[in-house]
Order: sequence, then structure tokens, then C-alpha cells
Amino acid sequence: MPASVLIANRGEIARRVIRTCRRLGVRAIAVYSEADAELPFVAEADEAVLIGPAQAKLSYLNTGAILRAASRTGAAAIHPGYGFLAENAEFAAQVIDAGLTWIGPSPEAIEQMGDKIRARNLMASAGVPVAEGATEPVADADAAAALAKRIGYPIMIKAAAGGGGIGMSAAGDEQSLRSGFETARSRAERFFGSPAILLERYIAAARHVEIQILGLADGRVVALGERDCSVQRRHQKVAEETPSPGVDQELRERMLAAAIRAGEAVGYRGAGTVECLVDTKTGEFVFLEMNTRLQVEHAVTEMVTGIDLVEQQLRIADGLEASFDVGFISPSGHALELRIYAEDPVRFLPSPGTIGQWEEPAGAGIRVDAGYVAGNTVTPHYDPLLAKLVLHAADRAQALTLARQAVGSFVVTGPKTNLDFHADLLNSEEFGSGNYDTSVVSRLRP
Amino acid sequence: MAEIRAEMVANVWKVVAVEGDSVADGDTLVILESMKMEIPVVAEGAGKLTRLAVAEGDVIQEGDLIAVIE
Repeated sequence: MPASVLIANRGEIARRVIRTCRRLGVRAIAVYSEADAELPFVAEADEAVLIGPAQAKLSYLNTGAILRAASRTGAAAIHPGYGFLAENAEFAAQVIDAGLTWIGPSPEAIEQMGDKIRARNLMASAGVPVAEGATEPVADADAAAALAKRIGYPIMIKAAAGGGGIGMSAAGDEQSLRSGFETARSRAERFFGSPAILLERYIAAARHVEIQILGLADGRVVALGERDCSVQRRHQKVAEETPSPGVDQELRERMLAAAIRAGEAVGYRGAGTVECLVDTKTGEFVFLEMNTRLQVEHAVTEMVTGIDLVEQQLRIADGLEASFDVGFISPSGHALELRIYAEDPVRFLPSPGTIGQWEEPAGAGIRVDAGYVAGNTVTPHYDPLLAKLVLHAADRAQALTLARQAVGSFVVTGPKTNLDFHADLLNSEEFGSGNYDTSVVSRLRP
Repeated sequence: MAEIRAEMVANVWKVVAVEGDSVADGDTLVILESMKMEIPVVAEGAGKLTRLAVAEGDVIQEGDLIAVIE
């Protein structure tokens, strides 16, 4: 186990990693921007270093400042959380070159999976199903139109280096493909520094189901079950659950086996996620992408397996074996995560502001991973995630009941939040039935 | 005269229109960025853009004036 860990992140995930460090007696070091000085993760760390102004480029993406903070505080390892530098192969290599432990997969694995086109090709050769699509970056709108004609509409347009749904759109005809292509290219350039665009067949009615994998220190890869992340707005997840109501045991076994092959194909180490789409018509699944880091929604897997994934990350990074019996992974019950965002619950527009009241629900089966407390100001500089409300119960029906109660007693004033949306979601017939797909939010908020 | 004001705290990412432009209803004037989301600010009605009160890189508060259309 590393003696100390610097967390190159902020908000709820920084707090989450600090919590495990505390429990394991590992010294936790936070870094923070000027905008975040008052947040709880700064106070809760054993040590905290100011690394720059609010703008992420000058703070949480400022590799030089982060490495200097690590050196000054004598950090033994760096945990990147998710987002920011978590999937930056160059940063991972710099951390390793500085003689520190990188809590994540190898820079090579990050790079192979970071380019969605390379990742698709690699997965296909490892026997993981992929949707029909481009095997190399699509050069321009004309080439996109030609390829789309071959594959057939509707078609999905994505930034090859992208994530978080940015620059992603579906096109039903050539005109929307051409405009979508240009938008995707400008966003890809701006957000990811690469204009490479990928096209693939769009599955109209699909569930987004992902598999949590762990690449162990001895080279084996194990799968810890699936998460259903079909509740999305603007291609970003809003609620997740495990097990997926749309996956039966036979499909689950095939998906877990494919995820293990995916991990093995890149020599994966540490916690990772293999994202897939399940076609609700055919019941078949295809590889979407691999996230070479801890996911926001890792908590639902922790709730049903009882495994602390951050602890496993720390152990594996230091060459230790997992703290649980890898031959006997048996999830129990049902877990649900609701992402509480600072946004209005109808149009989902961002709503920064100062938090007046903040009262979290508590009780058996309720876990709240929050980045904020009363009195904090939610600034426009970072993503709108305020907290994750995670519920665990014996079965889905009980988890939904618990979730309704918890949402009803979660009080946040100041910024608008999507709590009312979650209440509507939990009470909707579609979500309640379990028979929903990635368009469920657009049906609830037409 | 119509004043367009900010609905939320945001950074001004792009200024699309130019003062003096004739704009149509729904034209994008400015693109804001808040919480990793781009939010276009559009003209609510046609007219002449007599004032553009923001510049790229500005941080604006809820209620701040963005533009005036006459």
C-alpha cells in the first residue's frame, strides 16, 4: 500500500478517495484551485496544496503544478479520480518518470483505449463484438457521407478522443450528418485537442450497460458485474443501477467474459470499465468504449459486492493482491445511484450558486458521496455534480422505495437541482418497470 | 427594445454577433459556457443589435446584461 496518495481531482471523488485512505492509514494529500478552497475535500485531506486559479487548465489540468505539489509533499502515489487527467497517458507517464506510483493502468493501455477508433479495432480483433463503423478517422464531411451511405442511417458521430458525450450526435440523414460532423469536429478540437471523428451504426433503442473489471497485480482480469447507465441526458449519465433489469444471466455471462477479454487484450491493471450497448430489439451487445479509470458510478458495484474499489486500486498499484477472494464474487441485492446535479430539473441547464441548506438523507442502505456542504458556492468552472445518492436494498422494488424516500428528504437550497427530476423518474412507469432504454429521459422531458 | 440578460453565472466562450447587426428571431448572439456545457444565447425577436455588453472570456453573473435589440 502506498504510504501517501495525492488526489489530482476535486469535489466528491476527492472526498471519496480520502475516505478510503483514512480507513487504511494512508496519508491523503489534496490539491485544489482558488475556486475550491472552501470545499470539504480540502479540509478533510491530511494536507492540501493550492495549485492555481479556477480555470481547470491552470489548476486540475496543470500537470507541472500537480507534480510539484507531489514532490513538495513527498507523495508516494497519485490517484487521478475521473475526468481531468485520469485518462491522460502522457501525465501517467510523467508520474511514473517522477518515481511515483500511478494509480491506474499503464500509459500504453490508456493510450490504446483513449482513441476510440484504435480501441474498436483492438476489441474486434480480441473477439469482442463492435458495431459496424469506421476503422480509421473520418477525414471530412464528404468521406463521412460516403461511409454513412455504406453503413446505413441512422449513424452515430463521435469524437475519437472524446468522452462525456461532448461532440456526440446521431444523424438520420445526410444533411444532419454533415452538420453534426462539423460540430463534432470543432468540439473535439476544443475539448480533446484532436479533431479525429468516428462514425458507427446507431442503435435506435439501446441500453447502456457497462462491466466493472479489475486487472489484478498478477495479470489476471476479473469482472465484478454490470451497471445499467441508460438514464442519460445529453449523452451524460444521470442514474445507474445494478444488476441491469435488461440483462439476463445468459447475456450477463457473455458480457462479463467479453469484458475480461477486453481487459486482457490491453494487459489491463487496476479498475476499469467496459461500456457496451445492448440492442433492446435483438438482445445483442456491442462494445462502446473502455474507461481506463474509476467511474463516477462505481459506488453501485461497491454496494452490491461489498468491495471497496479504491482500496483495490491502491493495492494493485503497489503490486499487492486484492483484499477479497477473486474466485468468489457474489453480488447481493440491488443498488441504485442518482446523480444530484446543480441544474434545473426541467431543461437541465446549469445552475451554479451558493448553497443555503444542505440536508442529506441517512439510514440503512443509503450512501451519499457529496462534494459540497451548506455554505459552499457551486461555481461555473467545473461539472455540475453535487452529490451521488446511492441506495442498496434486497431487491429492485425495495431499492426504488428507499430511493423515493431519500430523494424526498434530500434538501438543497440555493442552486437549482435535479432532485425533482429524480422524483419523476422514480415514479415513472417506464423506469419503474425496468423496461427502459437510453431515451427514457427524453420521454420524461419531451 | 429588448434586453437579453444572463440566466446563470457563466463564462462567455464565443461572441458570434457584432454590434450593429440586423438579427432575426432565434439567431445566436453569444455562446456561454457553464459547468462544461455550451449555452447559446439567442435573439428573442428580430431587430438591430444596438448593444453587445460582453466580450469573450468575461465571467457574467445571473441577471447581467448581455445584449440589447431594438
